[in-house]
Amino acid sequence: MSARTLFDKLWDAHVVRDLGGGVALIAIDRIFLHERTGSVALKSLRDSGRTLLDPSRVFCTMDHIVDTLPGRGDSTLMPGGTQFILETREAAREAGIRLFDVRDPLQGIVHVISPELGIVLPGATVVCPDSHTCTQGALGAFAWGIGSTEAEHALATGTLRMSRPRTLRVNFEGVLPPGVTAKDMALALISEHGSVGGNGYAVEFAGSAVRALEIEARLTLCNLATEFSAVTGFIAPDEKTFEYLKGRDCAPLGAMWDQALQQWRELRSDEGAQFDREITLNVGELAPMVTWGTSPQQAMPVTGRVPDAGVAGSSAEAHARALGYMGLETGQALAELPIGAAFLGSCTNSRISDLRRAAAILRGRRVADGVRAICVPGSMSVKRQAEAEGLDVVFRDAGFEWREAGCSMCFFAGGESFGHRERVISSTNRNFESRQGPETRTHIASPEVVAASAVTGRITDPRSLVAIHGLAGNNLAGGPR
Amino acid sequence: MEAFTVMTAVAAPMLRDNIDTDIIIPSREMKTVSKTGLSAGLFAGWRYTAIGGREPNIEFVLNQSAYAGTRILLGGSNFGCGSSREHAVWALHEYGIRAVLAPSFSPIFHGNCIRNGIVPVTLAAADIAAIAAYVTEAPQDHCVTVDLQNCEVTAGAQLRYSFSLEGEAREMLLEGLDGIDLTLKHRAAIQQFIDQDRRARPWIYQGA
Repeated sequence: MSARTLFDKLWDAHVVRDLGGGVALIAIDRIFLHERTGSVALKSLRDSGRTLLDPSRVFCTMDHIVDTLPGRGDSTLMPGGTQFILETREAAREAGIRLFDVRDPLQGIVHVISPELGIVLPGATVVCPDSHTCTQGALGAFAWGIGSTEAEHALATGTLRMSRPRTLRVNFEGVLPPGVTAKDMALALISEHGSVGGNGYAVEFAGSAVRALEIEARLTLCNLATEFSAVTGFIAPDEKTFEYLKGRDCAPLGAMWDQALQQWRELRSDEGAQFDREITLNVGELAPMVTWGTSPQQAMPVTGRVPDAGVAGSSAEAHARALGYMGLETGQALAELPIGAAFLGSCTNSRISDLRRAAAILRGRRVADGVRAICVPGSMSVKRQAEAEGLDVVFRDAGFEWREAGCSMCFFAGGESFGHRERVISSTNRNFESRQGPETRTHIASPEVVAASAVTGRITDPRSLVAIHGLAGNNLAGGPR
Repeated sequence: MEAFTVMTAVAAPMLRDNIDTDIIIPSREMKTVSKTGLSAGLFAGWRYTAIGGREPNIEFVLNQSAYAGTRILLGGSNFGCGSSREHAVWALHEYGIRAVLAPSFSPIFHGNCIRNGIVPVTLAAADIAAIAAYVTEAPQDHCVTVDLQNCEVTAGAQLRYSFSLEGEAREMLLEGLDGIDLTLKHRAAIQQFIDQDRRARPWIYQGA
């Protein structure tokens, strides 16, 4: 057989039937739902008189609407939100699927709990009506976001009708400098190649710098594939992946584990396999990145100055609009910009290694006066692990709010948002206009930059605050079990 | 789903890049577990003068009488990026939009359009700018035609562009087909796949 890419292998293994015209019926191994877009899929399916093909492979969590305030329950500040929570609970019960409910000790953000519980596995197809489903590709899965109608299709038939995407391999080579993370790799890629640079592609992240990343950092990297307009992003599984998964709740055991491992070791692009496109980036010179505009492609090193339109790769009009929205001028240094708030959380950066790295900067320091700082662990398991390590005390002592798990103020989850035109440093994934609040000015960055900026009250290069040795997150094994 | 063949209608230019689904329908406007009742929240942040309010912002293109009856949007690149919420497409459809012309679309939004009878037409930015310039002269008279049968967009006597739709998208839209019905015809093949796969990859089926 000729050399195949990892994507070819993932695709071929799931073709139920070739439907002609480049379209195939693809078998879906795992469906994850949440209370915002999953409830409507379950309801619509029920109303149509159809049933789920296999409820045992369908999961649901409460993350998009539920509050993250301490002591939360079913009520929420989100308009109509309680109805979503109640209807999701009822629909999940009727459908017979596993629900990680508001008070479930395993509840959390879908793309945090699925890897944490071993629900996503190498070689599996995973879909969820959520754009950041590509996160889960970090374990060597084919995982992508869909709409509610597609979710309904997958629930009813166990398949999706798909056009085969083209393949792109992004090779990150070299060694990440201390204090520079997977988040910075992703933002560097998107700023260099644009927010539509990956449009229509299934993107394999490869290269020595990717191999060197721990699993949680890989999840962060793949998370941002959707901000690159890719269909999905994924990484070939390796010994780190297998070590991470071994013993997790839903991972196979015993002889079945051995059998799985044998197959999973084949999940890599063959030598000489042809991609439709390849990109190589050297990470050796990367610095912590911060977005300055209203698209993830409008990012630059924290040490830099706001570029002019010609350099930034946006149209002059889009550039001017972004500057106006963000209250910035060309040539202005990003570092030193005063912030009103700092947010640590989201499916991008809310795992235990993210919290540990932020806490290492916050230990013995205080959030600057006038800055509202919030930490939202990605799952209740992450929260318990952090508390066992005393990280909650570090965050609280520094002046951070310590929340329950959920999507929270990455957007409007829980019905909460930041202030009008407030400048926020955020470990999230989208700096779109009004994403975090009315005309709120979001700067996306790594947890390190969020923590350092919270302390100084200005956008801050964490390397200027502390000597960062071995903090890069690519050498912290991790994850609660 | 209703079929789409040819439509001639008023088109509104919204030539901004990265119009995301949060702009198309903000989260706060998705108040019930339903695919309907969403059009009032369409473009709410731009369309109304205040958050949660309903007083029209007259600056916004769809609020202008010149663009009454708009059924086609002319957008910028990466249209529909961001959240996968299909509510964005449901809101557009309920409002009356049946085609969006843009230089590129978010893959998820593109798929959601196909499932709901909205034609996502990919054209070069310069071509869309030319159509927008023509439309702007007299929006009610200078209508745009989207012909899915011939995969062609025309505007006036001068502007004519062909486009393509990958895979079975065109057929699904032309026939107004329901994907689930089509797929359920392959029920036997699906069951056969699962039976074989269960032996090859038992860990996928071991339950949770």
